[in-house]
Amino acid sequence: MTDMQLTAGQPANANATAESFSKPTAKTSATGTPFTRILGIATVVSMALLVLFGLFLSPEDVVQGESVRILYIHVGTVWVAYVAFGVTALSSLAFLWKRTTSLTWDRIAGASAEVGVLFMALTLFAGAIWGRLAWGKFWVWDARVTTTAFLFITYIGYLAVRGLGGSHQQRGRRSAVVALLAVLEIPLVHFSVKLWRGLHQDSSVADTTKVKLHDLMLFSLFISLIAFTLLFVWLVMHRQRVLAMQDALEDKGLDYALEQRRSEGGL
Amino acid sequence: MEIVVHLSNAVAVLGQFPVLAGASLTVERGEIVLLQGPNGAGKTSLLRLFAGLLPLARGEGTVLGCDLRTNREAVRKRVGLLGHANGLYSDLTVTENVRFWGSTIGATEAEVEAALMRMGLAQRLKDVQVAKLSAGQKRRTALACLIARRAELWLLDEPHAGLDAAGRDELDATLREATAAGATIIVASHELERAGALASRLVEVVGGQIRDSQASPGGEAQSQAAG
Amino acid sequence: MFRVARLIAAKDLRIEFRSRVVTNQVLPFAMIVMVMFAFALNTQEVVERVAPGLVWLATLFSLLILVQRAFAIETADGATEAMRAAGVDPAGIFLGKALALAAQLAVLEIVLLVLAVVLYSAKLHVGGVVLLVTTLLAATCGLALVGTLYGGLAAGVRGRETLLPLLLLPVVAPVLIGATRATEAALGTSGAVVSDGWPWLGLLGVFVALFSVGGTLAFGPLIEE
Repeated sequence: MTDMQLTAGQPANANATAESFSKPTAKTSATGTPFTRILGIATVVSMALLVLFGLFLSPEDVVQGESVRILYIHVGTVWVAYVAFGVTALSSLAFLWKRTTSLTWDRIAGASAEVGVLFMALTLFAGAIWGRLAWGKFWVWDARVTTTAFLFITYIGYLAVRGLGGSHQQRGRRSAVVALLAVLEIPLVHFSVKLWRGLHQDSSVADTTKVKLHDLMLFSLFISLIAFTLLFVWLVMHRQRVLAMQDALEDKGLDYALEQRRSEGGL
Repeated sequence: MEIVVHLSNAVAVLGQFPVLAGASLTVERGEIVLLQGPNGAGKTSLLRLFAGLLPLARGEGTVLGCDLRTNREAVRKRVGLLGHANGLYSDLTVTENVRFWGSTIGATEAEVEAALMRMGLAQRLKDVQVAKLSAGQKRRTALACLIARRAELWLLDEPHAGLDAAGRDELDATLREATAAGATIIVASHELERAGALASRLVEVVGGQIRDSQASPGGEAQSQAAG
Repeated sequence: MFRVARLIAAKDLRIEFRSRVVTNQVLPFAMIVMVMFAFALNTQEVVERVAPGLVWLATLFSLLILVQRAFAIETADGATEAMRAAGVDPAGIFLGKALALAAQLAVLEIVLLVLAVVLYSAKLHVGGVVLLVTTLLAATCGLALVGTLYGGLAAGVRGRETLLPLLLLPVVAPVLIGATRATEAALGTSGAVVSDGWPWLGLLGVFVALFSVGGTLAFGPLIEE
């Protein structure tokens, strides 16, 4: 019906305002704008810096050796995962606040959740490897790890609810409510696991997680946070635009279907 | 005459399918309107729209003074919808069902009794579980629930289906009584003859739109009876 | 809102009385689950130690079926839609159904506790009774509230059978942890003492408070079209 080619990264119009953030025009064949291009470059640069500092320039840890370098990825991804959670929650709130004109908020929530799930998976994976290397265990039952795992599952559920179908407004309202319920639930889970693990003397494991942070290591961690945050924003912006295009496509489909329906009646 | 329903180019979607593609209709109080048209034309969707269940995607609409775009929840308490499903609980008896649905608007026991009597359910079938009723009897029970709820606008989807001749006559009489008491009725039905005799207006629904609207013989009989 | 809730709770319980689905199907299911646990865990010693956990696990699994059932009676003949069409206050529907669900859950839990005494040699003792009863109450309320909430969402939607467990189980995790620890304290298993249990009860209380408010607000939008 339409031949929109979605190639991220190619600038299509020079308008980098909030307008172009959410409204693809008929002429837009890509989700890139000058703003995201700059953002993309910044991301690549900071990732390069991260690789440089993380893999080469920063020293190895006294206790853990080279394996501490995974931390640079792990911390970055877990940070993003929780930021994504926050963004989804806040956009869901924004969506419910003024429902009629802002499907954009709903799409931001959805895009953020998708990216968030990805980063949570990465976090758990990197964390498992680091755990194995650092103190011999893939998994540890402490509050943070368990809560992250729960967040992961909860967001998979959230994405399932988004996929339930119906009009865009319905999807938006339903998933916004589910996201806000998740905000209620996650702290509860965290707190209950914390209380639970407090019963067991896991201090031996807790001690080995303490890494003595050399200045350069701290700096590398800082770069990691920045690099991953930039990556997150870039991904979410593009994904949101893709979702906007999908919605627009469906709306156009609706107009087409309306015509079909009307011709049914011969009116 | 007071306008009970006013639709202007209404578009409603189910998923991605436009069940209503620009329907316009006006109904006044006390009318009995018959919706006719082929299957899939949008009759059921129109009724659900009037009941405040289906959201309005485009266009305008008001029912009983409530705007369907912004305030459709308010419509629901004043409207009675009888769809393809009956909305009954099969494990409860006829009386329990009518009492439950009546009490959602605070109907008294007397009103519940009256509703049962009106639909001929007050004697033999009163304490029978709905699961054991025939289709026609279930229909009558559902109608009794509607009566107990004192709806101002009745929306009936194929109400005659499953009723025998006597049942249909009773239904028609009930509907006439209801309009005499101030209710407005919109019926979707394939039974052109019977419903045509009952209705004051015939409306044809095709392709999600209202094609035609004409007075019907029943309308003349009605205005004659009214004097 | 409370009038509607009472009405609906009464209706749900009356339906259960008539149809006896919970007593004839869900309770036996829960019992079988308890027996299966013993098969899987092999030694009597292990089973005794984890008895409280098993009771609550069996409760959770049964919760899934109970919730499905609670909404199946509505969707069977289009009653949820009829309730929406009738303009019944959704908050009232939520509280009413949660109340009925809680009543059924409570019966289930008591039966399971008795079974734990019989099958797993769990020992009840007087000092822990207050804790035990309050835990039962709090956990039951919590489970009923979230069960009704997510059950409403999942009802009448495609893929519902698989969606409900996915959504519900993560949410009830705090209840599982809290109720199990509190029950252990009440029964004295694994060396726990009664006083250990009260913080957990606090957790359960917070859970109930949060979800009673949250659920009442969220239920309407979730079942709306």
